Amino acid sequence: MEAQVIYIALAALFGIFMAWGIGANDVANAMATSVGSKALTIKQAIVVAAIFEFLGAVLAGGAVTDTVRKGIVDSDLLIGSPELLVYGMLAALLAAGTWLFIASKNGWPVSTTHSIVGAIVGFAAVGIGVDAVQWGKVGTIVMSWVVSPLTAGFLAYLIYQSVQRLILRQEDPLAKAKRYVPVYIFLAAFTITLVTILKGLKHVGLTISLRDSYILAIAIATGIAVIGAVIIQRIEPDKKAEKNAHFYTVERVFGILMIVTACGMAFAHGSNDVANAIGPLAAVVSVAQTGAIAAKSTLPIWVLALGGGGIVIGLATYGRHVIATVGKKITQLTPSRGFAAELAAATTIVIASGTGMPISTTHTLVGAVLGVGIARGIDAIDLRVVARIFVSWIVTIPAGAFLAIVFFFIFKTVLP
Amino acid sequence: MANVLANIFGSSPVRPLEKHIGIAFSCAKQLHAFFAAAIKGDWEKAAVVRRQIEKLEHDADDLKKKIRLGLPKSLFMPVPREDLLELLLVQDKIANRTKDVSGIVLGRKLPIPADIADQFLEFVDRNVDAAKQARKSVRELDELFTAGFRGAEVELVTALIDKLDQIETDTDDKQAALRASVYAIEETLNPVDAVFLYQVIELTGQIADMAERVGRRLELLLSH
Repeated sequence: MEAQVIYIALAALFGIFMAWGIGANDVANAMATSVGSKALTIKQAIVVAAIFEFLGAVLAGGAVTDTVRKGIVDSDLLIGSPELLVYGMLAALLAAGTWLFIASKNGWPVSTTHSIVGAIVGFAAVGIGVDAVQWGKVGTIVMSWVVSPLTAGFLAYLIYQSVQRLILRQEDPLAKAKRYVPVYIFLAAFTITLVTILKGLKHVGLTISLRDSYILAIAIATGIAVIGAVIIQRIEPDKKAEKNAHFYTVERVFGILMIVTACGMAFAHGSNDVANAIGPLAAVVSVAQTGAIAAKSTLPIWVLALGGGGIVIGLATYGRHVIATVGKKITQLTPSRGFAAELAAATTIVIASGTGMPISTTHTLVGAVLGVGIARGIDAIDLRVVARIFVSWIVTIPAGAFLAIVFFFIFKTVLP
Repeated sequence: MANVLANIFGSSPVRPLEKHIGIAFSCAKQLHAFFAAAIKGDWEKAAVVRRQIEKLEHDADDLKKKIRLGLPKSLFMPVPREDLLELLLVQDKIANRTKDVSGIVLGRKLPIPADIADQFLEFVDRNVDAAKQARKSVRELDELFTAGFRGAEVELVTALIDKLDQIETDTDDKQAALRASVYAIEETLNPVDAVFLYQVIELTGQIADMAERVGRRLELLLSH
């Protein structure tokens, strides 16, 4: 029994540390767009992020967590020696954490998701055997890393094009904004609630019929859109500020929309990234508790809550500084542009979460920003940085794998 | 610590360009006070204004260099980088011409005949008007970027540029009339002064020419 306690304690420790790291660094990317465009103050962004990251993790994080904890390693091969999975998952957590630490010290734009998946594949392929990796699934995951930024970019392009056509290029953009922005609010709220209800809630133990799911999603989205519309109607044009920038008041209308998409972004981020921290933890917990590898084991909610809590703590202790720094640097993302990027990214991420794909939320957001850029929405995008992201994308997987292999053999020797 | 999202944004040239034309116009605007002092023969006052002109021209130059450095080739922008750099260059020339013309007048303490004083100031003011209209047009850049260079905003800017062209044509007419007036009193002038007076008129007129070219550059951006 003693060994089991050590395993769970270690896994929980590493898992919380990882969640803390995600909250401290990655959440900034999800929230800074809203802070940079002044749709939210930093304090408001922290509150929104804390609530929706946690909700996203607990309500919609189940599928991705399942993929990370039992989708990559073929557990059939481990029935005789379940402790190997424990060592491996601990090694993966530590490897990903270490790699992220090294990367962020050096300013490399690496993804948490890529690190953890690389680490799990690494320990499984080398520590257990090449056959232990479910290569088909891994292939799908890697494909999703290519597809998700492209999808987000395409969606963002379409959304921003529609904003330009319907609102920004019109004679009276303010009136048009007041008319159409509630529709965008509805769309944002509808997509995110629907995917959550359809894909996420079964992990919490709720099952709702397809028809009821749509009705519920429409009802919730309409409610949010109506509240948004009421607030928007009360926005009065600021003639003085508009002398310098004609879109001043229009952007304030988009600011309301951005609050909604910021919630969606935090929710989406929580739903996908929580798995990076607690997928391995969940695997360790299920082995340690049962002493065996149970393919059908269900995911305990407390594990999701632990991950969500870790993200919130990371956000509160360190993340707010990062949000402030990043927010200052991305003022080009005015609400009309920022919402398009956020809505496209959040939609893509929530769908990925629903289908259990662990994707990089940051890369998806970068894809969305590029999409807005292609729609001639961004003043200047530095393509050198985009290229660097691509390179670190490729380097991260072997790096995470290598570290995981080293840690795996250390754990195998040291741990009981 | 570097952040991916923060770093994919290059420094936007839009607000700095708007600021630059603001400085260039402020510089050109000093010409009224400068020539008013010169006409009165108050060279002390003229020297004070000239120092202000030099400072503004210098500020514009500094900002121009800063904007250029912030626009590496790796930037992806809705309009070609070259067009923005050209716009910057002609904006800067408004300040340059202002400095040149005030330099000649102050350096030679060039007398401006009382007979043409009013007409001269009117001509100067009209050139300053052109610079002002150029500033008004360039200040729409951020809105153009937001609207993606299409739609109602484009029409608004086109109208501003049309007005700029009208002002420039007006300066041309005034310049011709002013030259005729100088010609009429040429006999009474010191020959060297007369030559320089023509040159000052020519250079002053170039301020409106540069302002008009700012409009042409903006138009090029609209056509993308």
